[in-house]
Amino acid sequence: MKIINEKTQAIIYGRQMKAVQRMLDFDYVSKRETPSVATIVDPTGKGFETAFFGSEEILIPVYKTIQEAVEHHKNAIVLINFASYRSAFETTKEAIETETIKIIAVIAEGIPERKERILGALARKKGKVIIGPATVGGIAAGRFRIGNAGGSIENIVASKLYRPGSVGLVTKSGGMLNEMFNLIARNADGINIGIAIGGDRFPGSSLIDHIMGFESDPEVKFHVVLGEVGGLEEYKIVDALKAGKFKKPLVAWVTGTCAKVFPTEVQFGHAGARAGAERETADAKNAALREAGAIVPDSFDGLPEKINEVYKKLKEEGEIPEIEEFTPPNIPMDFEKAVKEGLVRRHRQFITTISDDRGEEVKYAGIPLSEIIESKKGLGYVIGLLWLKKSLPEYASNFIELVLKIVADHGPCVSGAHNAIVTARAGKDLVSSVASGILTIGPRFGGAIDGAGHYFKWAKDNNFSPDEFVSHMKKEGIPIPGIGHRVKSVRNPDKRVEILKKYAKESFPKTEYLGYALKVEKITTSKKENLILNVDGCTGVLLVDLMKSIELSDEEINERIDAGLLNAFFVLGRTIGIIGHTIDQKLLKSKLYRTPYNDVLYKLPKKADL
Amino acid sequence: MAQRGIREHDAKRLLAKYIEKFSNRKFHYEGNIALITSKYSIEDAVRENEWIKTKRLTVKPDQLFGKRGKHGLVLLNADFEQAKEWINERMEKEVQIGKARGKLTHFLVEPFVPHKDEYYIAIKTEAGGDRIYFSEEGGIDIEENWDKVKQFFIPVDATVDNVNFTGIDSLIVDFIKALHRIFAELDFTYLEINPFTVVGKEVIPLDLVARMDDTAYFWNKDKWGNIKFPTPFGRTFTKEEQFIRNLDEKTGASLKLTILNPQGRVWLMVAGGGASVIYADTVVDLGFGEELANYGEYSGNPSEEETYLYAKTILDLMTRNKDPRGKTLIIGGGIANFTDVAKTFKGIIRALREHREKLIENNVKIYVRRGGPNYKEGLKMMRELGNELNVPIKVYGPELPMTRVVTLALTGGKNENN
Repeated sequence: MKIINEKTQAIIYGRQMKAVQRMLDFDYVSKRETPSVATIVDPTGKGFETAFFGSEEILIPVYKTIQEAVEHHKNAIVLINFASYRSAFETTKEAIETETIKIIAVIAEGIPERKERILGALARKKGKVIIGPATVGGIAAGRFRIGNAGGSIENIVASKLYRPGSVGLVTKSGGMLNEMFNLIARNADGINIGIAIGGDRFPGSSLIDHIMGFESDPEVKFHVVLGEVGGLEEYKIVDALKAGKFKKPLVAWVTGTCAKVFPTEVQFGHAGARAGAERETADAKNAALREAGAIVPDSFDGLPEKINEVYKKLKEEGEIPEIEEFTPPNIPMDFEKAVKEGLVRRHRQFITTISDDRGEEVKYAGIPLSEIIESKKGLGYVIGLLWLKKSLPEYASNFIELVLKIVADHGPCVSGAHNAIVTARAGKDLVSSVASGILTIGPRFGGAIDGAGHYFKWAKDNNFSPDEFVSHMKKEGIPIPGIGHRVKSVRNPDKRVEILKKYAKESFPKTEYLGYALKVEKITTSKKENLILNVDGCTGVLLVDLMKSIELSDEEINERIDAGLLNAFFVLGRTIGIIGHTIDQKLLKSKLYRTPYNDVLYKLPKKADL
Repeated sequence: MAQRGIREHDAKRLLAKYIEKFSNRKFHYEGNIALITSKYSIEDAVRENEWIKTKRLTVKPDQLFGKRGKHGLVLLNADFEQAKEWINERMEKEVQIGKARGKLTHFLVEPFVPHKDEYYIAIKTEAGGDRIYFSEEGGIDIEENWDKVKQFFIPVDATVDNVNFTGIDSLIVDFIKALHRIFAELDFTYLEINPFTVVGKEVIPLDLVARMDDTAYFWNKDKWGNIKFPTPFGRTFTKEEQFIRNLDEKTGASLKLTILNPQGRVWLMVAGGGASVIYADTVVDLGFGEELANYGEYSGNPSEEETYLYAKTILDLMTRNKDPRGKTLIIGGGIANFTDVAKTFKGIIRALREHREKLIENNVKIYVRRGGPNYKEGLKMMRELGNELNVPIKVYGPELPMTRVVTLALTGGKNENN
């Protein structure tokens, strides 16, 4: 791995921003001048990602294909492949076939052995190195980190991975890397390079491939190998030892000696860790290594002492030079972490009091969604939670649904539906058409619910008698909102109003505002037949009665009326109809609407009048 | 997982299905096979396989163990009634095969084939390719006649057509090639037919052992059909093992438990796949293999609840039978990558608290060693727990080599070997 140095850069396959940040943090404590991540490949999208290099935020380009990434980043010789086991074969193959990528770390677990072996053969043919599959990768101390290898930044610092030591380490297990880094830092001067080749039976590169590389690297002074039960790869080391290919001391241990006490075959965590034959057992491999001249303890527990002995001896012999130690720079703490630990605080830009999506599932006013669904609550109940922050009794939530049904539509001619239809016919999309319809809702169209709620409540709360209220409004020149209908009258009542009144009288504990409004209606209809309490007025006062019945204070009710809450019931309900009209026009493929000339009175000023 | 044994029945089913296609119709294998279980009797099988009534039969267990002949578990040249009686006598009966003891539950029934030639073939995978072993003198004495076995190597990036099979009858070569194509195409990892015989176009595999790569399921599910990967013979699961298996299936984390010796006095609760093996190794290497009660691991960031359930299961098991010499629990692990040590300890601590009485009654000594994110907090919690419960809990961090805690626990720190 002599081609790895403090300038080596990688392409990351997969948008693994945590791993990217961990690599950059490693770079920073190692005092690298440039970040080790050149670019990211994500087949689902192009663009940029940001990450921290120390406290500076940098942009990392994202490409859709390995080919594109390679064209733009010819210096990046490492590809760290986070693709899933399903696509790791194709992407690794593609990376091997590029000119510039020399080393490919394959993280995915569960790649079939045949595919794995094909990748291994292809890589060897092209002179490329595969690390993995099924590995966390490895670290060239002080120079380059593969993805998540080495764990948290505290561990990187504790095991002195920010500067090269003298030991070349290769293991099968990725999970054991940290422990070995720690052990080597405590019993020698730390690793120079440490690689986990992965637990599969046929890894892309084997134990021997890496230690042969260490052997020719003058910075590596001795080898530490952690093998595993199953497979025959350790015998290649045995053969090389016997052939005298190693001048540097080699400390080795093969794990899985416990397999012999198991009554039946047990598959350990790793795919390759299964002793089929006597030669594949840990005991046989340890014995063979020992016999061939490797330094092999009697158990894993003897490893620290053996490493320490070799280190001390080489140090005494002057083989290992003194390392110039330095204190690695501190990584600025991430804001989220600082918040978690209570170290910083900050004013929030937003406040919310109605819903929370941060936990395992969304909560409406503190109640988990699944609980609402399981208890078979209706839409009215959900509206109660999100609009009123109240767990509504059944009569109230049913009333809300009743209102929504009643206001859902009123034919194509009213301004909301009309506007939506005209917009839809102009070829605009659903959202534009619906918005154009809803935008007509206001003081003249639908808006009387707000006004009625407001005025009737104001009058009653201020102890105006119905007579006084009517004459007050007349004096002020304000038509009473919610009173009057174009065609309906006392003798031709509005069916919708009848339904609302009947429901409220039967179900509400009290209907005092409705009672007040009906007294006002008596007065107005005595003046003119059609000055009845209309559907807007009835809805408005009953919603006030509803808020009263769920124990909102007068002040709370007034605030909500002022915020436009009563009108919201009309907006929500009518949106149903407006969507219906829009879809209807789309399906009818209606042509562009143009008002005919004869529907317009043209009355322009005469030239002389200008 | 990776390489898993499959039943002879499944392997022969696949051979029957694919041999014609991969031999360009040169060979045929009828695939007259039936798998008899306690729920699918030989009478049931007759309905779909008329030959069972009309032909002479061979019967043997099909449960991933070999040397069936030597264990007297092969019935040859039997008629229907004899086969039925033979199976009935053995179904659900326990037998000892090597170190493993288990129940006979699956029997393979096929026609008895008198034959002259007994060929041997085995294909296995190696790092650079597949190795084929072939002999014209197969059968039970193959190991004695190993010098007559010819070997051929097919590099993984080449095809079997490029291999020179000199000195073998060309008809047999065609069969070897077809078999290797099936082997590669269906992701077999080991296939041994010993013996097989060839009568004209018909190939008859008499005895077969196979393993497949279960990670290839995603690509092969249609080709494989309804394939089963049975647990090794004699491997049954206790209630507790099954409970942990179910827990493991439901979570993204990894939770494993194998009970080795319920009377054992050394119990392990170790985080991490690699570390857990090494802890068990060290117990064995120190000469306490007989006392090792369990193997297992928890990893992949399990939730507090999952760690609690895992710990509770082990504590329940280890405090069932008292031992005058007391017991040792090792809560071990290497240095975690990103797992919050304090968080995972919370679940374990909850379980320990619940078992306080039992821990004291059973004279349990607890040893803890762990490193990684937030380990100091985790270790502090463990130390305080020891005082609170009045149970001896010794606690160590990364300053102590990972397995030294095993030496401390089992020998009081004296490791004669080192």
